[in-house]
Amino acid sequence: MLIQWINTGLRKIPTWVLYLILLIPGLLTIAAGLTDNLGPEPINELEEELGEFALKLLILGLAVSPLLHFTRINLVRFRRAIGVMAFAYVMAHFLVWFLLDLQSLSHIWTEIAKRPYVTVGMAGFIAMIPLALTSNDLSVRRLGRFWRVLHRLTYLVAILAGLHFIMLSKGFDVEALAHMVVILAFLALRIGKWRRGLQSGVQRLREKILGRASA
Amino acid sequence: MGYILGSGKDLNMAHRWTNTLTRADITPEPLWLNRRQLIAGALGAGAMASIASPALAETLEPNTWEHITSYNNFYEFGTDKEDPAANAHLLNTAGWEIEVDGLVDAPGRYSVASLLEGLSEEERIYRFRCVEAWSMVVPWNGVELKDILDKVGVQSGAKYVAFETANRPDEMPGLRSPVLDWPYREGLRLDEALHPLTLMATGIYGKPIPNQNGAPIRLVVPWKYGFKSIKSIVRITLTDQEPPTSWNMANPREYGFYSNVNPTVSHPRWSQATERKIGGGLFNRRHPTLMFNGYEAEVADLYEGMDLKTYF
Repeated sequence: MLIQWINTGLRKIPTWVLYLILLIPGLLTIAAGLTDNLGPEPINELEEELGEFALKLLILGLAVSPLLHFTRINLVRFRRAIGVMAFAYVMAHFLVWFLLDLQSLSHIWTEIAKRPYVTVGMAGFIAMIPLALTSNDLSVRRLGRFWRVLHRLTYLVAILAGLHFIMLSKGFDVEALAHMVVILAFLALRIGKWRRGLQSGVQRLREKILGRASA
Repeated sequence: MGYILGSGKDLNMAHRWTNTLTRADITPEPLWLNRRQLIAGALGAGAMASIASPALAETLEPNTWEHITSYNNFYEFGTDKEDPAANAHLLNTAGWEIEVDGLVDAPGRYSVASLLEGLSEEERIYRFRCVEAWSMVVPWNGVELKDILDKVGVQSGAKYVAFETANRPDEMPGLRSPVLDWPYREGLRLDEALHPLTLMATGIYGKPIPNQNGAPIRLVVPWKYGFKSIKSIVRITLTDQEPPTSWNMANPREYGFYSNVNPTVSHPRWSQATERKIGGGLFNRRHPTLMFNGYEAEVADLYEGMDLKTYF
């Protein structure tokens, strides 16, 4: 009953509303930065907030299908908005790092090559580009089955993002580790599903072969 | 703290370092209050900050009291920069005692007042460079560590000084998470400890040092990364062995025992070639980090013949 009511409510919300809602925290943080309200070190603060929000959106994206599976709450319509906005935040995070923090075009390559946490973060960012570019109806239609395969890159992106957070922390950082635990938990739920899928596939194959042999 | 502001009593304190910066270099409080109002009020705050920042880099203007006391790494109170200012009020510094032990003539538990009694209070405007590549300029008040060590009598076998921070989980909520192997520990070679630049600070801007900055007494070693300058000290041990130090124990590849500021030796995860001085706003520029944080002339001879890439 409740679930049905929630799903009916959710269906009434146009997806563009979610784009706007998800834009708000970023715009507020940028506005705070521009008005000297982000503390004594606003560059780091802005960089961290944008990065952390991107990571949270990636995790929310991973949560959509387990949520449907276990609670029947259907957020699938909003998954594109969540993913595209995650990319927008990663892009903003990258621009703040590059333009305000690093402040140097000549250093960017050495930083990417020499600092493993930057390498991992950049890899995650680059892996998101094809996903963002194909997050439209035309690409879904054109790419057919390959679209689903391509968008499994999300799992890699989430792991890289979680790893990036852990790698840049000092000491034993509970917060960074907690994010990674959640990411791995959501992936583990899928591994169960994939394994069942694989098992039933093997089963069908076996039946086919055995069936054919006995015939 | 009722200790005497000494003057001219430093007969046995040769090579006392003198500040090239004076009171006149400190922005008077009304002025920086004014400036804050300006920045807070102006819509064009970004433009304001970008005009102000080149000047900050060149003139070594001390950071504001507000920045110095609100942007801190003091993991005993939490790992976010704002955590110490939010939580440090829980620490009760009344009746603070420091255990002095090891190779000293007069070991024992000293109150802060008794340890400082008769020593000359200094005002030192030092650069402060964090290993995370940000920096501040802080007008400290305190005494030279050497004066304290002379008072307790360092025995001839001593080669190192080890320090320990208070370990009170009830008053320091950060101690409940295992970020580091508590209590926080630091150490110096004896000659570093005896160097006239090495300060035991009890104040900032002439006011008692706030808890989040290491009340009631902390170390300040301006040519080393900030984490060497251990806060809220409860124990000082003279020893003949290089003492274990917290960040070195946590990650020896990233944090050496010496941890001298050195723009040519990168932290494995980031460059140490440049730094950003706190307080320059959203468009603050980086500027080059100086060897030994700008104190090369004073301290380079301590490390003569040492490979600073090996002993980082």
